[in-house]
Amino acid sequence: MAALSIEGVSKFFGEHAAVDDLSLTVEPGEFVALLGPSGCGKTTMLRMLAGFEPVSRGEIRLNDTLLASASHHVEPEQRHMAMVFQSYALWPHMSVADNVGYPLKLKKVRGAAYRERVHRALALVELEGYASRTPQALSGGQRQRVALARCLVVEPAVVLLDEPLANLDRHLRAAMEQSFQAFHRRTQATMVYVTHDQSEAMALADRIAVMREGRLVQWATPETLYREPKSQWVAGFIGQGSELYIANGAPGQRLTEATLMQGLTAPLASRTQPVLVRPEHVRIKADAPTARDLSARLEHQTFRGERFELHLQLQDGTALMAYHPRALTPGQSVALTLTEGWCLERD
Amino acid sequence: MAAFEIGAGGQQRWLLTALTLVIVTLSLAPSARLLFEALGDLSLGSDAPLVRVLQSGATWRALGYSIYTSGLGTLIALVLGSLFAFVITLTDIRAKAALVFCFMLPMMIPPQVTALAWLQLFGPASPLLKSLGIAPALGSPQPLYSAEGIALLLGIQAAPLVFLALRTSLLALPRELIEAARISGARQSQVWGHIVLPVTRGALVAGAAMAFISSLGNFGIPAMLGIPAGIYVLPTLIYQRMASFGTGVLPEMASLSLLIGVIALLGVALQQRYQRRSRFGLTGHSGRAHDFLLGRLKLPVTALMVAVLLVILVAPLAALMISSLVPAMGVPLNAATATLAAYEEVLSRQGATWRAVSNSLWLAGGAALLLMAASLPLAYRLYRLPPRLQSLALGAVELPYALPGVVLAIACILLFVRPLPIIDVALYGTLTLIFIAYLARFLVVCLKPVAASLAQLDPSLEEAAQLAGAGPWRRMATIVLPLVAPALFAGGLLVFLLAVNELTVSALLWSAGNETLGVLIFNLDEGGESVLASAVSILVVMLVAALMLALSLLAPRLPKGVVPWQR
Repeated sequence: MAALSIEGVSKFFGEHAAVDDLSLTVEPGEFVALLGPSGCGKTTMLRMLAGFEPVSRGEIRLNDTLLASASHHVEPEQRHMAMVFQSYALWPHMSVADNVGYPLKLKKVRGAAYRERVHRALALVELEGYASRTPQALSGGQRQRVALARCLVVEPAVVLLDEPLANLDRHLRAAMEQSFQAFHRRTQATMVYVTHDQSEAMALADRIAVMREGRLVQWATPETLYREPKSQWVAGFIGQGSELYIANGAPGQRLTEATLMQGLTAPLASRTQPVLVRPEHVRIKADAPTARDLSARLEHQTFRGERFELHLQLQDGTALMAYHPRALTPGQSVALTLTEGWCLERD
Repeated sequence: MAAFEIGAGGQQRWLLTALTLVIVTLSLAPSARLLFEALGDLSLGSDAPLVRVLQSGATWRALGYSIYTSGLGTLIALVLGSLFAFVITLTDIRAKAALVFCFMLPMMIPPQVTALAWLQLFGPASPLLKSLGIAPALGSPQPLYSAEGIALLLGIQAAPLVFLALRTSLLALPRELIEAARISGARQSQVWGHIVLPVTRGALVAGAAMAFISSLGNFGIPAMLGIPAGIYVLPTLIYQRMASFGTGVLPEMASLSLLIGVIALLGVALQQRYQRRSRFGLTGHSGRAHDFLLGRLKLPVTALMVAVLLVILVAPLAALMISSLVPAMGVPLNAATATLAAYEEVLSRQGATWRAVSNSLWLAGGAALLLMAASLPLAYRLYRLPPRLQSLALGAVELPYALPGVVLAIACILLFVRPLPIIDVALYGTLTLIFIAYLARFLVVCLKPVAASLAQLDPSLEEAAQLAGAGPWRRMATIVLPLVAPALFAGGLLVFLLAVNELTVSALLWSAGNETLGVLIFNLDEGGESVLASAVSILVVMLVAALMLALSLLAPRLPKGVVPWQR
């Protein structure tokens, strides 16, 4: 268990800042996701944590040890970290057991202790029967589990995961997500997980750092991120929902039904504050509309199994998304109220 | 759809016929003819040529020298090639491009020029040593006229083969494999020993086997260093017999060729086995230097590399240069003796020089272009053969190149010594015969990179084009060709460089008026005209270096991987 602190870290490739003045503190044993679209600098940040890239500015510390600064660089082999790569990075000339045992060999673990720990690591990922195979003989999911066992075998202070599920199909992803969670519960290791898939990050992480163009945009728990995204950009990146403009409210404010509905009655020109309304906060009225209700036209609907996703258009032309248990007729007009809203920062 | 299928089938049939025709005429016919000649008269019992050859002491001496010089040469090549490949590819040493260029140069310089340059470097008559005043006394032996001297030069000449094989494998090594080891706690030296070396070991062995085959077939070096000392290896033995006795000894020569061919094929088998083993199907980000930090070792390692290059490249070329500037062998170079007379002589008075230059350029350029044009459709069809047939066909195409050049030359003489039937044209003694021999020999050099590149191509790329409505020829032109173009160009380029430097085949096939550059230098030196030979050699080195340099300058505009010594 180790606390990882990143203070004002920047990374320049020539003139371009891949990571720009990023600060984060990861608590011991925390599972953290670095989330952002491709090119946002999340992988560069991970590689600086691992020590594959030197930092240009700022500091990285593990507990009280300085790992990296502009003038100081601890080599990756001395950082006591482990990493799961997108391409698995299993050594093709070694068997599965040798791959898993390699970090132990470097730590001079030999004999019965070595065999016992390799066996235990393989048992944890349910691959005991594959010890003597070559990595090439395994499927993608199995390879990734071998890579996980290789991380697990030495009980590292920090485990870094670089888009580990990107090469797997959807069913395997769900299974592997559970493997990662179980792995985290068991080892209590501090984990940093890089992904561009928000649902993966939401499902796994204790806290998520959302990155955009090298900068940290928001650093919060998945629930906060969903309920209280900081800006229009974060709101668009995470979860589903619609953006309306109202006349009252300030960024970071939660609006009640009354305030929200009132703010929508103002003339269009004075409505400048963006508000996020999640689909679950749109109530479709079955009975006759009252004067206070909004009226919208159903553009189209998508069947999602447990419910229908309605894509509506308000009278002022704004798009709005809602859920409904039954199918409606496309083109029909519906009455609705908005029960809750969250005021966003403008981009 | 039906029409389309018929179109595709027509193309496949047409290509299959062409492929079979090329393989049978260029690749199999010469070897088959040779085999027939060598084994044909076995019924004569103890009088059969093969039996006579095997009973001769000269055969076994030459065989012994062949294996000794090639084996020792391979060791030297292995040490030099792997040192340069590991240091240049893996570490943060500076001026990598320049180091690679200088290291590759010896491979591109014709062997007879290398031999001549080294001869100018040592021995009592060395103009370089004379100029420095440190030449040994007259009458002292030339140390290079020995089996070890031959081995040393063979090693230097073949080192780039090891280098290239290993470097290719190192560049394909995914960066994650190294990073995973480092984060597991491995130091740089451990990463090298535990991961890099084992993963690339197959390439190392394959490179060594290539160096051995190349050394075994080398003619220029043992001819220039061995013949004066009475040391014969198999290729020079064949050459000497042919030169002394003419076509009358062809049956015996066919038997000798068979012997050397068998050894070379054993080497090929070894190489292919290890090359297959080294293919792991690695995935991940590759093609990036892994940058092992040399730290305090940077200066000594750089010094070592530069020193090696000084010895294997700069010193012999300097000796060659000095020899070309003196009026006669044994005269030291100084302000009073320096003269360009040799250059004047070869360029203006000796018509043979220009004739040889134009012969060599036509042969090499023609062979390169023709083979490039033929390679894509042939490789395309080859790739669609059932796996077993495919490896058989590739083996057949590989045969004339894997066999030492002297074997192919003998085989071509056997095939064409009598005028062709029906049309009654005699090819023996003409440039056309050399051209045909080059086509046979270098087909695989062009075909193999293209075939390898095709094999790596995702089939869905072509399927997508097919669904978009592109017919077979159109797919080949618009989808396949652009994707394999780097391999195709690299192949053509290698053919040109190999052919322009070629001596072994043409040494046996040339006739007056049909000299190649290689033959010209060899003849001048054999005739005692070392100074003139040096002048021609300097011109050849300048031509080769200029070609390589031009390609290096063009490299940024060419597809990646076209220029072997650049990334």
